[in-house]
This record gives sequence, C-alpha cells and structure tokens, in this order.
Amino acid sequence: MSVAVVRPRASWAEGIRLLVVRTGALSLVELQKLRHDNTELVTRVIQPVLWLLVFGQIFSQIRAIPTGDLSYLAYLTPGILAQSALFVSIFVGIQIIWDRDAGILTKVMVTPTPRSAIVLAKAFAAGIRGLAPVVVLVPVALLLGVSITVNPVNIIGAAIALMLGAGFFACLSMAIAGVAQARDRLMGIGQLMTMPLFFASNALYPIDIMPPWLQVISQINPLTYLVNALRGLLVGAPATSGRTSAC
Amino acid sequence: MHRFGETVAVDHLDLQIGAGEVFGLLGPNGAGKTTTIRVLNTLLPVQEGTVRVFGLDVSRYATDVRRHLGYVPQQLSIEAALTGRQNVTWFARLFDVPRRERAARVDEALATMDLLGVADRLAGTYSGGMIRRLELAQALVNRPALLVLDEPTVGLDPIARESVWDRVRQMRDDYGMTVLLTTHYMDEADELCNTVALMHRGRLQVVGSPGRLRAGIGADATLEDVFRHYAGADLGGDEEQKGVRDVRRSRQTARKLG
Ligand SMILES: Nc1ncnc2c1ncn2[C@@H]1O[C@H](COP(=O)(O)OP(=O)(O)OP(=O)(O)O)[C@@H](O)[C@H]1O
Ligand SMILES: [Mg+2]
Repeated sequence: MSVAVVRPRASWAEGIRLLVVRTGALSLVELQKLRHDNTELVTRVIQPVLWLLVFGQIFSQIRAIPTGDLSYLAYLTPGILAQSALFVSIFVGIQIIWDRDAGILTKVMVTPTPRSAIVLAKAFAAGIRGLAPVVVLVPVALLLGVSITVNPVNIIGAAIALMLGAGFFACLSMAIAGVAQARDRLMGIGQLMTMPLFFASNALYPIDIMPPWLQVISQINPLTYLVNALRGLLVGAPATSGRTSAC
Repeated sequence: MHRFGETVAVDHLDLQIGAGEVFGLLGPNGAGKTTTIRVLNTLLPVQEGTVRVFGLDVSRYATDVRRHLGYVPQQLSIEAALTGRQNVTWFARLFDVPRRERAARVDEALATMDLLGVADRLAGTYSGGMIRRLELAQALVNRPALLVLDEPTVGLDPIARESVWDRVRQMRDDYGMTVLLTTHYMDEADELCNTVALMHRGRLQVVGSPGRLRAGIGADATLEDVFRHYAGADLGGDEEQKGVRDVRRSRQTARKLG
C-alpha cells in the first residue's frame, strides 16, 4: 500500500521554468477574461478623453500653465496617458481579493504555481489595460493638433514605459491588498491614493510652479517618472520644468 | 494540530489514507474537516506535527505534492468570464499537461462530466450543478493521484449526485486514484467510501469501514446513527468553548498517505 509515487523535482532551473510558464498561462487567462468582458476597457477610456477634451482645451485657452515651447495639450497628453494607467492599476489589488473571495485564488494556489507568477500575470494584465486607452487617446490628441512622434522606436519605448508603469502601480496595489485584506477597505485606500498621486505629480502642470513642499513630494512620486518618460518619448520633452524646449 | 488564533480547529489528528481508497471525512459543521483538507493540500502551513502526502512532507515538498493533487473546494469557484473549456484548459496548463495532449485531455475531462455540449458557453451562465461538474473536470484534467473533494455534491440534484459518485468510482478504478472527500450525506459516505473517519471538535472520534462502524453501534444501525453516536448530543453546540480548551503541547500528529 505504501507507494512512493512522487520524487521531488526541485531545482532552480525548474523553479524558473515554473515561474515563466505559469506567468504565461495566467496572463493568457487574463487576456481571455478581457476579451469576454471588454466593457471595462471601453468605460476606462471615457474619463481620460474627457480630461483631454475639456480640461486640456480650457487650460490651453486661458494659458494659465507655463509649459515652455510645448503647447499645453501636448504637455498634457502624456500626463493623461500616465494617469489612466494609474487609475486602472491601483484597483488590481481588489481583483486579487475578489479572486480570493471567489475561491479561484485558492484553487490556483493548490496547483504547482509559484505565487509570484500570480502577481506577475496581474501586473501584465494591468499593463495591457493601461495600454488600451492609447488606441483612443492618441488619435484624439492628434485631432486636437498635438504633434506626437511617428518614430516607431519612441512609440514602442513609450508603450513599454506605460506597461511597466501600470505594472508597478498594480504591484503596489496588490501589496496594499495584502495588508488591507477586505475589498471595500481597499476601495477606500485606492481612492485615497490616486488623487494625491495624480495631483502631486507633473501630469497636469510643471513641478516648478508648485509650492516647495509639493515639489518634494512630486520628486519622489513614481507617477512623475512615468510622465517624464512618456513626455520625452512621445512629444520630445523631458519636461520636469516649465522651461523645457521641444526638440 | 491547527490553530486559528485561540481556536483549535484540528487537534491531534492521526490518520492514514491508503492508496486507491475512497476516504470519507465526516463530522458536524465546524468539526475541522475543511481545515484538515487545507493543511493536507498545502494551503495552510503545518503548525505542529507532520503531514505526508505520497510519502512527501508537505511543508518541504509543497510544489511536488501539488503536481499530483486535484482539489474541489467547498465553495463554488470558477472563472465566470471564461468558457467552460477555457476554465479546464487553464488548469491543464497549470498542471503541465503536455501541449500535444492538452486539447484531448480537456475534452475527455469535459466529456466525463457531461459538459461537452455546453463547453463553449461562459461558465457564468452555468447552473450550480454544472459549475460543480466543471470544477470536477478542472480537478481531474491532470489525472491526479489524490483527488480532494470538499463537499462535492452539495446543491446537486439526486441524479447529478449519483452521476458524480459514478465518475469518482470510475476514476478510481481507471487510474488507481485515491479520493479524500467530505460530505454531510451519510448515505453517500456509506455507498462511496471504503473508509470513513468521524471528526468532532477537531478530534478524530473513530475510523473504519462504514460497515464496521455500523456494526459497532447496533445490528441494523445506519451510518447516520454512527454519526449521532459520536457527534450527537451537542451538535452545533457551543463553538466558543472549544476554542480556549486544550492549548497543551501536542504530540506529533502524523498523517500519512500512500
Ligand atoms: N480562517 C479561519 N479563521 C478562524 N477560524 C477558522 C478559520 N477557518 C476555520 N476556522 C474555525 O475552525 C473550526 C473548523 O472549521 P472547518 O471549516 O475546518 O470545519 P468543517 O468541518 O469544514 O465544517 P463544515 O461542515 O461546516 O464545512 C471552526 O470552529 C471554524 O470556526
Ligand atoms: Mg468544511
């Protein structure tokens, strides 16, 4: 009756293989879920478009924000792309809690799947969701007269930056989920975090028109770095200040 | 032994489950059945004692143990935004079912659970019983050596229940699979299990074949009488009390399988 059916297979190579293969399998499932239910992708794009259309247009009219040689709309577009990536990603933690409450996470954890693969796949899905608004936002920006680079290297670079940024905020959200545990609590924390992250960054206005204490916060705000990367790649302005010149 | 804070959920449990048998874990609500299962399938850490599955210590070889497990949790849980087939294919991937065999194995698992006809519908549109069968298909797609079922037949109609039993038996016979299940249906345990263990308040009360346990109580006793005898008087009683009871150091708890 005593049959040792299993011989342990542990090795670091096997560990890496598991991580890669499982991240792939779980990412695929995230994509399949998105395909079956893409209402979220659509609704997620409305808000950033409104930011560009309403906020962007009005503030370029009143010329309240000094953005150097760059038009305000050109300045704002990368900021809004980064913002929508942040807003999508900061609630990924809720999804993981949802999966846990639904018992799905439990079942995945009983399969030979490293837990890091679960996190990586969620971050990947956040990257895809963060990238999706580009399809609508960039044409809108072009219609509004923003000149966005056509250099494919820059565009790919910006896409990668956006996915990494979204993945980063997704991981942050999941880390918080680990502490918060409950869905509604996390909802509150997410809401509490997005606005300060957004307003204390250079997404809407240059850092050097902020009061000094806010400048300090902006400098350590990860969103600022994402916005900088996108600005540099898409509209050719690493605009940490208002004095930048477009190349 | 497993504690949640002050609550001792499983206390000095010492069990062996033989390879190829259908083993039923019985006991009133809160007896510690689910906790036992969750320690065994590596979801909860082993706090005290030793747990071996397939001869492997689960606290050291969790991943290796998981490769050969199929698990259907007490709670209904499928990905509603995926089709039935996608749900099963997903688990085939998580268990490294080779790409060449994958589609065939998924179809086989779906067919076994009578779900081929609805395989391409979103799982969110399934009825409770269909979801249960889909979960069984997910758990069987890697042909596990040990199938762990936590109340698999809750919410199923009598015919569906019967068909799940048939499937479980068939899998055991075809693949020599070991099955560990919990249930509150004594007739089910009686009919399906080679061995049953009765737990009450985290402690093992009695183990044996259903026939032997019945005979131990009386000439024409049913398994339900056995249940009443061991868990009887204070069914569902004061939950709090047992929590603070017994925080002595426990002796080794060994549970073996295989
Ligand atoms: N996560 C948890 N935190 C705290 N206590 C828990 C937790 N899970 C279980 N318990 C407690 O452990 C005890 C055993 O619970 P368990 O779920 O194992 O019972 P069960 O035998 O599966 O019952 P049922 O038949 O109702 O499913 C109960 O007293 C329960 O309250
Ligand atoms: Mg239970």
